[in-house]
Order: sequence, then C-alpha cells, then structure tokens
Amino acid sequence: MLQHFGKFVLFITSLFSRGESPRILFNRTIDEAILIGINSIFIVAIVATFIGAVTCVQIAYNLNNAFIPRSTIGFMVREMTILELAPTITSIVLAGKVGSSIAGGLGTMQITEQVDALEVMGINSASYLVLPKIVAALLVFPMLVILSMFLSIAGGYVAGTLSGELTAQEYITGIRDEFISYNVVFALIKSFVFAFLISSISSYRGYFTSGGALEVGAASTTAVTNSIIAILIADFVLAQVLL
Amino acid sequence: MIEIHNIHKSFAGKKVLDGVSGIFETGKTNLLLGASGTGKSVLLKCIVGLVKPDLGSVTFDGTYFTNNKLDIRQEIRRKIGMLFQGSALFDSMNVEENIDFPLKMLTDMSRSERLDRVNFCLQRVGLENANRKMPSELSGGMKKRVGIARAIAPHCTYLFCDEPNSGLDPQTSIKIDELIKEITEEYNITTIIVTHDMNSVIEIGDKIMFLYQGKKLWEGTNNEIMDSDVRELNEFIFANRLMRNAKQVEDEEREEQQQEQEKQKQL
Repeated sequence: MLQHFGKFVLFITSLFSRGESPRILFNRTIDEAILIGINSIFIVAIVATFIGAVTCVQIAYNLNNAFIPRSTIGFMVREMTILELAPTITSIVLAGKVGSSIAGGLGTMQITEQVDALEVMGINSASYLVLPKIVAALLVFPMLVILSMFLSIAGGYVAGTLSGELTAQEYITGIRDEFISYNVVFALIKSFVFAFLISSISSYRGYFTSGGALEVGAASTTAVTNSIIAILIADFVLAQVLL
Repeated sequence: MIEIHNIHKSFAGKKVLDGVSGIFETGKTNLLLGASGTGKSVLLKCIVGLVKPDLGSVTFDGTYFTNNKLDIRQEIRRKIGMLFQGSALFDSMNVEENIDFPLKMLTDMSRSERLDRVNFCLQRVGLENANRKMPSELSGGMKKRVGIARAIAPHCTYLFCDEPNSGLDPQTSIKIDELIKEITEEYNITTIIVTHDMNSVIEIGDKIMFLYQGKKLWEGTNNEIMDSDVRELNEFIFANRLMRNAKQVEDEEREEQQQEQEKQKQL
C-alpha cells in the first residue's frame, strides 16, 4: 500500500519533468477533453435524469405527512442532487467509464511497446500521455457535474409532476427555497478532486501494466475499484472539512 | 559507433546480462544473436536506455550515455530510431501520422516539409499511397515497414531493430532484412538487430555477437560463423536441419575443392 503510494507520488511528479511544448500539450488536452467529455454526456445524462426522478418519487413516498408542504420534495431533491448525487454518483459513473478507458488504453500502449516507442524518441511518455488526460478531466468533470445537476433536478420535476405527487408550482417553489450558493461551489470542488483522483489513479494503474491482455483487463478493473474507493473516502473528508 | 562496456543486469536476483562488452560499427548491420531468454532484448533496451544496467556503460560515438545528464541522454535519444518486435505503431494514428509523429515532436520542420519527408520514407520502404491506412488494416510485413519508415524519418544515426522478422513469412523476412541492410549502408548509420533467425545472420550479418546465458560467447562475421568452434553457438546454429544440411554441403564442397587442388598439385 505504502509502496504504491510512493510510486504514485513519483509518477505524478514525473508528469511535470521535461514536458513537451505547451502547444502540443494544449492540443492533446483538447483531444482528451473531447474523448472524456463528449463521449460521457449520454451516460451522465441518463444516470442523472433517472436518479433525479427516482429521488423525487421516493422522497414523495416517504414524506407522506399533511404538516410538511409538498414543495419540500423539490427542496430535498435539489439539496441531495447538488450536495451528493450529482458530484458523487456522476464521478462514480465516470470512474467506471473514463477510468477503465484510461487504464485500458495506457495498459495496451504499455504492453504493445507504444510507450517504449515514445521513450526511445526522447519524449516523456508519462507527461505526454497522462498529463493531458488529468488536465482534461479537471476541465470536463465540473461541466459534466453541472449538466448532471440540471438534468437530475429536471428528472425530479418530470417524475414528480407526471406521477401527480406534486404540482409544477410546488416543485419549483421547493427547488428555489433557501438556496445556498456555496453548495454549488462545494459540489464543484468535489468534482475537481474526484476528477484528479479518477484520472490519476487510472493512469497510474494503466501506465504500470506489464504482461498481456489479461493484465490490461485486471488493470482496468483495479483502476475502477481504486478510483471508487478513493472517491468515497475523499467525499467524506471533503464533507467534514468544507461543510 | 556504439560501444558497450561490461553491462550487467539482473531482475529479481536473476542475472540476465553478465558483463557484456562490444563495439557496434557504423555503416554495418550488427546482430545480437542468441536463443530466447539469453538477454538479447534486455541488452538492446540497456543500450537505448529503456532499461538501466546495474553496472557498465554505453557510449554513442564517444559520448557517454548511461547515467549521463538527462539533456545529453535526450539529445542522443533523438538520434535513435527503433523498430519494435510488434512494430509499436500508435493505434490511434494512421500511417502518415505515425511517421509524421517523430518529425512533429523532434524537429522544426513545416507541415509541407514533414509531409514530403513522410512520403519519401514511405516510398523508401515500398509503401507508397498507404498514408491513410490505420495500423489495424496493415499486414505484419507492412507494419514492420511502417515501423522502419517511422524510425528513419527524423534522419536517425542509430537504428535498433528488435526481432524484425518475428511473425513474418520467410519471403517477407528476407525483404525486411534487405531493406534494413540497404538503409544502413545508404545512410551510413549504426544498426543493431536482435535476432535468432539464421537467415538474417547469413544474409545481413556484417558483425554478429552471440549471447548465451547473458554472456558474450562469440563475435565475428556471417562468413566466419559456420566455422566457429564454440559448442553452444554450433548447437544453436545447427539445431535447424536446413543449416545442418547446408553445413554438410559446404563441407563436401570444400573437401572436393581441396581434393582437386591436391590433384592439380600432383599433376
């Protein structure tokens, strides 16, 4: 465990030594941002919309009390979405999709000697391959989390009104009630931290793959597992520190 | 010229290279020969700096490489072209982008200059009009050719080939060997080839270093290798029936020649 941590720190440090020109890194970052961002929109949208819808329906089911206004359902959907569901669930979904893709891609490059080919050319392979992925994730994850927030709240609206649990007016009143803008900032901070954890852990696992196709699969699985565990630990620590 | 001196390397306590020294000459195809697991590829990786030797040094044209300053090592590495066993073409790039990659990363050439160079290299390896093909669309031999084109694109001074014939049919193997030899002589570069293919040894082995259990056991040319008296080398060479037959025919021819010469002397 400690050995892995030390190796991980050295790996992250190596990203910043003898890097390529900013123009090349910029172009690579844009390419990676498109790969990570555009390709994840669909799954993030589906997950966020349905989580918002399910949250709304389940809160309505549990909040069956005449003394509690129905607008509370909208309020709770918003709070849960912004504080936890959008940043954390989206990141867990992205850990599965983006994390496995990063680890699998780098692992395949490693076992097919493409990484060695870069090194022989005098290129810092870690910096060239990994740094743009991390920067792209830092750029794109907050955007996906914001999209997830909107869609989750919208999903709650559609589910709540269509199922007749509450009116559109009650839901809108609820989601506008006692809005704390810091919660959005907190969610964005979480998304930055999770983006770094997912992209760096997955890159680390993929970059140090050795062996064959079986090991690439194992690296992908480990990358996802480790990323999810890191997300959950970081989620708790951030909630303790920042709230 | 590349000079290696007393290279040692162990992995997890197992000695892979045990004090290998030698000189690889410029303009010649230098072969590292040996059975699987004798440390040929590890030695090649030690030379190019992908693996750090435990002990020993590598010198490129008089410039010390191992453990030298990073910028000097980088400078040398930029003169190195390498053909990997599996070609190591970048999957996400087409043929043109693969060959253009080192030019874009290592040179200040303009886009049109780079394209000219890519087309020249493709033509040199006999793959004109393959620019837009993806690596997955290429045969094994074509991948090797693209690998060679990528290696020579930035005007490399040193060319390293790790088993360039692996997975290829005999005809394609010979073509790849000939291509490597032609390029070596044409551009006067130092080429080191890791191989266990005896065809390559006979066809293009200007200088051969035989490794056995991590040690250099024999060094010579392709003309000398058949007459070596090193038991391990002979076992390696004549493990193949074709080579045994070839040796038998050669011996018989030599014997006949000697007999004729003796007859002529008697007359």
